[in-house]
Amino acid sequence: MSVNVNTLREDEYFFGHKACAGCGGALAVRIALKVIGPNAIATIPAGCMSAVGFNFPQLCFKNNAIISTFAGTASMMTGIEAGLKALGKKDYKVVGFAGDGGTADIGIQALSGAIDRNDDVLYICYDNEAYMNTGIQKSSLTPFGARTTTTPAGRNIKGNQKVKKNMFEIVAAHGIRYCATASIGYLQDFMNKVEKAASIKGTSYIHVLAPCPTGWGIKTDECVEVAKEVVDCGLWYLAEYEHGTYRLNRRPREFTDVAHYIRRQDRFKHLSDTEIKEITLQRDAKWQLLDKQYFSK
Amino acid sequence: MIRDVNEKAFTTLKNIPFAPAYKHTLVSVNSGFRTEKPVCNRDKCNGCFLCYLYCPDGVISKDGESISINYDYCKGCGICQKICRKDAIHMEKER
Repeated sequence: MSVNVNTLREDEYFFGHKACAGCGGALAVRIALKVIGPNAIATIPAGCMSAVGFNFPQLCFKNNAIISTFAGTASMMTGIEAGLKALGKKDYKVVGFAGDGGTADIGIQALSGAIDRNDDVLYICYDNEAYMNTGIQKSSLTPFGARTTTTPAGRNIKGNQKVKKNMFEIVAAHGIRYCATASIGYLQDFMNKVEKAASIKGTSYIHVLAPCPTGWGIKTDECVEVAKEVVDCGLWYLAEYEHGTYRLNRRPREFTDVAHYIRRQDRFKHLSDTEIKEITLQRDAKWQLLDKQYFSK
Repeated sequence: MIRDVNEKAFTTLKNIPFAPAYKHTLVSVNSGFRTEKPVCNRDKCNGCFLCYLYCPDGVISKDGESISINYDYCKGCGICQKICRKDAIHMEKER
C-alpha cells in the first residue's frame, strides 16, 4: 500500500530542531523519517541537519541518529549496517542524510564505494545548491549564475560560471539497484520513492531538491512553491532508475517561464535577460539530451 | 581516573546496547523565532492535512477533522498559510 497523508505515521521523529524558519532540508528529513519509521538509523555528516538537530542537550531525533565525518557518510552507514548484521538484528533501515556538498564534492568516493559493495543502505541527498551551513559557499551542485560568497556577482563575472553536476546520472551509471530524484514541492512523489527505496535490499539513492530560504534569498513561506516551480519550469526533473531503465515521473506539458523562477530569488538578482536566455537554452539542451538518452517519449 | 579498558567494557557484540545513547530531550522552545503566528479557522478547514504534511517543523498535528498547532515550536514560516487551499489559516502579528 502506498503511503499518503492519511496513512503516514503520526509520530514526529525530527522535532524541536533549530533550523531556520521554512527550511526545505528539515522538511525532507522529517518526511523521510516518518515514512521509514522508528527503526531508521540516521547517519548525518557535518551540515545543517547535524548542526540543528544535535544542540546538546537539545536532542531532536527520536530514532537512532549519529553524526559522521563529512567525507564518510556512506562508509559509516556501511559500518553500521555490518554491525547490525553481526548482532543479528532484522528490522532496521540505515539511512543517511547528506547535503549537496557532503554528497557531490566531499563524500562522493565513500558513496561510490558503498554503491559498488551494494550495502543495504538508503542514501538521501538533500540538495540546497550550496554549502549553506558554513555561510553559502559554492558546491558542485550550485546552478549556473547563482551568487554565493565564493562566486560573488561582479562587473565581469556574474555568479557561478559552472553548470550543476549531473549527480543522478553519475549514481545511476554505477548500475545502482535503485535511485531517484525528487523535490519537496511534490511530497507525495518523494514519499513514494522513500517507501520504495526503504523496501529494497541493496543500495538506494534519492536526490531531493530542498530550497534554503536563507541562501536562496526567498521568503520563508515561498520555499515549497519554489520547489514546485523549479520542476514546472524544467530546471529540475523527477525521475527514477531501476533495473537498468530510466523512467520520468512527471513531464510538464509546457514549461513555465524560467525568468519568473529566477527573478523571485535574490541569489539570481544580478542576472540580465541575456543570461536568463542562456539558462533557458541550457534547459532545452538538457531536456533534448535526457529525451534522447534516457526517457523515450 | 583512567579506567581499565577491560573492566566493564563492551567485551562482546552482545553487550552493546541497541538504543539511542541519549533520549529525545527538548530543553528550549522555538517560539522566539517567530514574528507572525498561524491561526486556523476551524469552520473553513476541510481536513485535507496538507499543512500537516508540509510543515518543516512538524508542529501541526491532526485533531479530529481539523488541526491543532503547537505554538511552542512553531517558527512562523507561513508555509501552512500558502499551502492551504481553503484559506483557513491566516497569519497574525505577534505582540
